[in-house]
Amino acid sequence: MTVDDRFTRDYRDRDDPPLGVRNEIITGPVSDWATDFSHLEPEWAADPYPIQDDLRQRCPIAHTERFGGGWLPTRYEDVSAIAYDTEHFSSRAIIMSNFRPPPEIAPIGTAPPISSDPPFHHDARKLLLSAFSKTSISKQEPATRAFCHSLIDAFADQDVVDAARDYAQHIPMRVIADMLGFPPEDGPQFRVFVENTLEGINLPPEERIERMTALSDYLLDQVHDHLDNPREDLTTYLIEAELYGQKLQPAHVVGSLILLLIAGIDTTWSAIGASLWHLARTPADRRRLVAEPALLPTAMEEFLRAYAPVTMARLVKEDMHWRGVDMKADDWILLSFPAANRDAAQFDRAGEVVIDREINRHAAFGLGIHRCLGSHLARMELRVALEVWLDRIPEFSLADPAAVEWSTGQIRGPRVLPLRVR
Amino acid sequence: MKLQIDPAVCQGHGRCYDLAPDLFGDDEEGFGQVLGDGIVPPEKEHESRLAVANCPERAITLTALTKTGTRES
Repeated sequence: MTVDDRFTRDYRDRDDPPLGVRNEIITGPVSDWATDFSHLEPEWAADPYPIQDDLRQRCPIAHTERFGGGWLPTRYEDVSAIAYDTEHFSSRAIIMSNFRPPPEIAPIGTAPPISSDPPFHHDARKLLLSAFSKTSISKQEPATRAFCHSLIDAFADQDVVDAARDYAQHIPMRVIADMLGFPPEDGPQFRVFVENTLEGINLPPEERIERMTALSDYLLDQVHDHLDNPREDLTTYLIEAELYGQKLQPAHVVGSLILLLIAGIDTTWSAIGASLWHLARTPADRRRLVAEPALLPTAMEEFLRAYAPVTMARLVKEDMHWRGVDMKADDWILLSFPAANRDAAQFDRAGEVVIDREINRHAAFGLGIHRCLGSHLARMELRVALEVWLDRIPEFSLADPAAVEWSTGQIRGPRVLPLRVR
Repeated sequence: MKLQIDPAVCQGHGRCYDLAPDLFGDDEEGFGQVLGDGIVPPEKEHESRLAVANCPERAITLTALTKTGTRES
């Protein structure tokens, strides 16, 4: 047996770390959404759809000088064109912030394969596809269902529960912890990691670096534990996986763990929460789903369309004139799948939630080569979470509509969701 | 009617095998596969059209079978 020495020295220690580009942090109220947009302001978090609808009518590609410059397409056809065009738009960074990682970070990036471009992307993604196929994911369903029941059991006789905090968030945390082979009791730490990565975008750079270091420290500890005690899980799989005849670079192993941990949690947490929020404030839809459980898979796709949790980002590769605007190299693209999903040119009754919508070619899981790797996992978790909830708690409503709070940033869902359940 | 998936366009969303499990399956990596010869029995025509219309990548085609061959529907 040979010793795996990839992780003995901290791979992050380098004498000559490549530098990225930082820009001035601009916060505060947006003057005009067409020329000064920011997805980090409270108005966007509270309700981004009227803003997107307005921009789609009058713009349709908004601009901002914040974040060092960026663009926000709002039509389905523009969002999909960018998702498909990996020649002109790079995934070297996928969280729009005040820091652009250096070109040297390619092709692995911070969280492969989501942070990788072709051709490396294809090979890095191929390593993970079969673990996330619908067939593989179906093995997680019985444990997920039992876990959802245990969360509802724990509500005991409370009249009001927080469905985001006490239900939605725990489901993806537990499932991904099982799949990665991390201690299930580390869930509260995961929440902090998720918030640090995807929120707090406008914090000073030193603070952001410190927070991201805490995440990679945690993951390196898990890697070391798996090196000492290999087991049947995704962490051991990544440690042992090979690409081009060699084991993966340490930055690739830890980066993929970052992706699997972070991307799988608040996305599905958001989708479950937004679906319950809709049903709590729309009694007709709730009653119909309780009466017709077979409609749930169709309704679920509509919740994913109308409340798509995930917005991605890209970096423009080179200066170019694109569909009427002058993009500069390293400008951000805020790739809003939620905006695409509400484009009336693509969907009838785009602004309405139609739970029996039969034709629903939505883009909630992205389009093209970066189609959400975990989409089958997310759909299983969302379906099971809603099935169990509707079975156990068929009658529920918003306890205090004004108390509902939505996350800020590229992943949108309720973070506080008080529901009256009896 | 005959179903085909363009493997260069399919990204493995899995809408086809969710909506029409009698007509589609998934391969080892989750990409959609047409089951059997892809000929759609009349009673499965609605399902096949649902799969075509819901594919986010527009990777599925349904072509009419004629005596002289196939043509786009």
